[in-house]
This record gives sequence, structure tokens and C-alpha cells, in this order.
Amino acid sequence: MTLMRWRKSLNAVMLTLTGLCTVLVASVLFVILGYLAWNGASHLSWNFFTKLPAPVGEMGGGMANAIVGSAKMLLVAVSIGVPIGFLAGIYLSEYGHGPFPFVVRYATDLMNGVPSIVIGIFAWAIVVRPVHHFSTLAGGVALGVMMIPIALRTTDEFLHNVPNSLREGAMALGASKARTVFTVVVPAAKDGIMSGMMLDLARVAGETAPLLFTALGNRFWSRGWLEPTASLPVMIYTYAIGAYEDWHQQAWAAGFVLLSLVLVVNIVARTIMARASARLRH
Amino acid sequence: MEVSAGRSLGHRLHAGDAVAYSITMVAAGSILLVTVLLVYYLWVGSEITRHKFGFGFITSQVWDPVAEQYGALPFIFGTVATAGLALLISVPLGVGAAIFLAELAPRRLSSSMTFLIELLAAVPSVIYGLLGIFLLIPALQSYVVPALKAVFGWLPIFAGPFYGVSIFSAGIVLSIMTVPFIVSVSREVLLVVPTDQREASLSLGATTWETTWKVVLPYARRGIYGSIFLALARALGETMAVTMVIGNTPKLQSSLLAPGHTIAAAIASEFAEATSDTYLQALTELGLVLFALTIILNGLAQLLILTTGSRVKA
Repeated sequence: MTLMRWRKSLNAVMLTLTGLCTVLVASVLFVILGYLAWNGASHLSWNFFTKLPAPVGEMGGGMANAIVGSAKMLLVAVSIGVPIGFLAGIYLSEYGHGPFPFVVRYATDLMNGVPSIVIGIFAWAIVVRPVHHFSTLAGGVALGVMMIPIALRTTDEFLHNVPNSLREGAMALGASKARTVFTVVVPAAKDGIMSGMMLDLARVAGETAPLLFTALGNRFWSRGWLEPTASLPVMIYTYAIGAYEDWHQQAWAAGFVLLSLVLVVNIVARTIMARASARLRH
Repeated sequence: MEVSAGRSLGHRLHAGDAVAYSITMVAAGSILLVTVLLVYYLWVGSEITRHKFGFGFITSQVWDPVAEQYGALPFIFGTVATAGLALLISVPLGVGAAIFLAELAPRRLSSSMTFLIELLAAVPSVIYGLLGIFLLIPALQSYVVPALKAVFGWLPIFAGPFYGVSIFSAGIVLSIMTVPFIVSVSREVLLVVPTDQREASLSLGATTWETTWKVVLPYARRGIYGSIFLALARALGETMAVTMVIGNTPKLQSSLLAPGHTIAAAIASEFAEATSDTYLQALTELGLVLFALTIILNGLAQLLILTTGSRVKA
């Protein structure tokens, strides 16, 4: 009987522990959010969005150039990562048979596992080194290369989930394969693919490491695409490890803005995605 | 007339097919090209140091750019130590949470908790660094480390003074960052364990915990190992959060409370300032080492997760 009691209490203790693990892990998110909102929101002001950084040692200023810099780099990243990932995803899902698609899938998984800092070295080697200066373009290329694997995977996965009856229906009506793919299959998977791309974008929007030696940083406006540029994540890094109290406060504000953007995109995209995959399953 | 119109129409369609096929194939091929170029640049970009230092690069512990001496051992040590410490914390925590979410929690609670935990994986690493500097390090300094020192102070790994930035702090930050991967992958592999297995065990009189521990976990073992490898690969490659709390000191020290350095942090903090060619080459070779490490781990993780899936299907 004591053995039974021992087994039962062990059961209760261990199950409670697993519950505690869950609560502990999930609460980290609230700690992060709460702490950032507490410290960051109070230092947010209109200046943060409209002004250049103040000269070193002076108070005030904003991060307007970093916000624009991040947006420009993300634009470059999207125009590299999305088309390549999307088209290659179509190839794998709709045309892929034989050893070549297998190799491409393997390479995609490999790229997906490469640490972002190593991608940074790659972008440095192909864009920065030949022209001998840091640029928006180089940062964008680094982020774009990082986007490819996920863009490909989501496209491949959501196209794969489109029921074959749709393809057969289109072809029975006399549509060619290309027409079937682009006017029937892709639209059916549109929501899922688009939300996947949004998640992909949100992921690279917070990337800092590969930008340190591709886009570098800039305390002024960066004109065109070939000058070094500031970006929100790199500003957070520089200001957080800086020595001034005012910098720390601005780092909090920037962190709050960045995290809010990333989380909002994540929540919206994941909701759309869950709905899209539920619909495809029916 | 009609036949020829039909043929030309068919021909046009076929031509469209060929175009679509080649465009998508070129896109797929370009991924291959990027991968090959990546490996090529890492390999060629570290040619000088690979020839000059050979295996000494990995085993030497002197990193002195001024004297042009490059040994990566302190970085490799720091990378392994921080990742190991991170897993020591995140594996029990993550697998515990995954068990709760897959075995006990009602479906609704489970999916909303999983959603929250997966959002943690979306938080940018520089934000973890920010919180590491201003929230975690002060907390460690005033509560955790004094307590640790009081109990385990006699151990060499907890010896010496604690200045905040340290291998220990980096390990804690990494443990928080890797937990979501372990939870989400482990939960998924636990969910594919067939219900028959659980029912059989329960009907023999086992408690829920005994069923989980002796039947479900062994069944999903490979997948859980896979999730751990995945988390390990993430931890090794993690850069920003680590470089902000580790102290960036390339020295081998036995105490976890001392500042250290990792491969990724070294590249991040030194690459933009590297002036000489050899210096850049040495940093690129660090990138090559990191690349090789993560590729091997990711491959193993994929293999383990896949074999769990195929076993369940069989």
C-alpha cells in the first residue's frame, strides 16, 4: 500500500513540475514584454521617430535614420529572398522529381541552419570587399540570403497541401501545367504563403549580427544604396553597450518599437496561417 | 484548319510550360549556387591562416592580432561552455513543458501556451541581449551568484569574482533562447506517439507519470534528441545576445563566473575593425569552424527527427 502511495505521490509531484516548467517558460514572454513596455514606452517620443541621433555626449535626438535604414535594407532583402524562395518553392512542389530537387532541399536545410553571422561574412565577401565600403545594399543582401530558405519552405509546404483534385480539375478543363500552377494552385495557397513570407520578414527585421560589418552604421542619413547605414537592431546594440544613460533609454525605446513590430506581425501572420492550413485540410 | 489552330494553341501552352519550368528551376538552382559560393568564400577567405597555422588554429590558445598570432581555442571553449550550460537548463525545462503540453493540458490551453512559447523564438536576439545587460545581470549579481557561491563556492567553476559579464550569464541567456525550440519540437514528436501505447500502459495499472516516463518518452526518444541537437546548433551560432553579456575576453579560464568569448561573438565584435588581411582571414576561418559545427549538428537533428516520424508511420 505504501508503494501505491509512493507511486501516486511521485505522479502528482512530477506532473505538477511539468506544469511549473510550462508556466515558467511562458511567463518569460510576459517578463520581456512587460519590462520593455515599462522602460521603453516611457522614453518614446515624437523625436524618436523624426530626429537624427544627437551628437555623442548630447542628450535627446532620435533614430529616424535607423528606421529608414532598416526599411531600405528590408526592401532589398524582400526583393532578393521572396522571388527566389517563392519560385524555387514552386519548382520543388510542382515540378520536382529526381535527384536535383533532393539536392536543392538539402541545400535549403543547410542554409537554414547556417548562423546569421556566417551569412554576414558571405555578404561581406561578395558585396563589401569588391567595392571596399559598407553599404545598405550589402546589409540587404545578407538579410535577403537569410530569407530564402524559409520563403522556399513555406511555399513548398503550402503548395504541397493544396488538394490534387484542384490540379486535376484545372487540367481537365484544358489548362496547361503552368496555367494550372499560377492561376489555380498558387491562389489556393496564397494566404498561407503570404503569412509565411511575413514571418520570414519579421525574423530578419530583428537580425543584428550580419549587419555589423555589412551595413555598419551611420549617425546621419544614408543616401542611395551604397553608403553605410544605421539600422534599428544595430542601434539597439550600440546604445545598449554604450556608456551614457540617455543612450540606454533610447535603446529601450528602440527595443520596444522593434519588439512590438515583430510580435504584431507574428501574431497576425500566425493567425492567418492557422486559418489557411485549416481551410486547405477540408 | 481546326487541327492546326489546335496545334498552335497547344504549342503556345507548351511554350508557357517550358518558360515556367525553366524560371522556377533557375530559382531553385540559384539556392544551390548561393550554398556553394558560401562554402567557397569561407574556404578561400581563410586560405592564408589555414596554411600558416594548420591544426594549431584550433588547439592554440593565443589570440593576439597585434602579434599576428591566431588560436581559436578560447573561442571554441567559450562556445561549447555557454551552449552546454544553456542546454543543462533548457533541456529539463523544455522537455518538462513539452510533456505538460502534449500529455496533460487540455487541447485549447495547450495550443495557446504553445503559441506563446513559440513567440519567444521570434524575439530578436538583440532584445535578449538588452534584457541580459539590464535585467538579468543585475539579478544574477544580487541574488543568484551570491547564493551559488555560498553553496558551491568551493568548486573551481564557481571560483573567482563575478563582474556580471561572464560565461555564466551568456549560458543563462542562451538557455532562455533555446527553450522554445525544445518545447515546440518535443511537443510535436510527443503528439505523434500512438494513443494505443499510452492506453496499454495505463490499463496495466501504470500512473500517468509512469506511462509518460517509461512508455511515451522512450518511444519519442529520437525526436527529443533531435530537438536538443537543433537547440544546440542554435546556441552555437547565437551571436548578439552572447556578445552583449559574455565580456568578450579571449582567455581560457576555469571559472564560469569569469568573462569569456565565443566564436560568433568574436566575429561580431572584431570583424568590422579588423585591419590586416591575416586578421580578416583568421576571423573567416572562425566562421568556417562555426559553419562546420552547425552543419553537422543540424544534419544529425534532421536525421533523428525524421526517423521518429518514419517509425511512427511504419
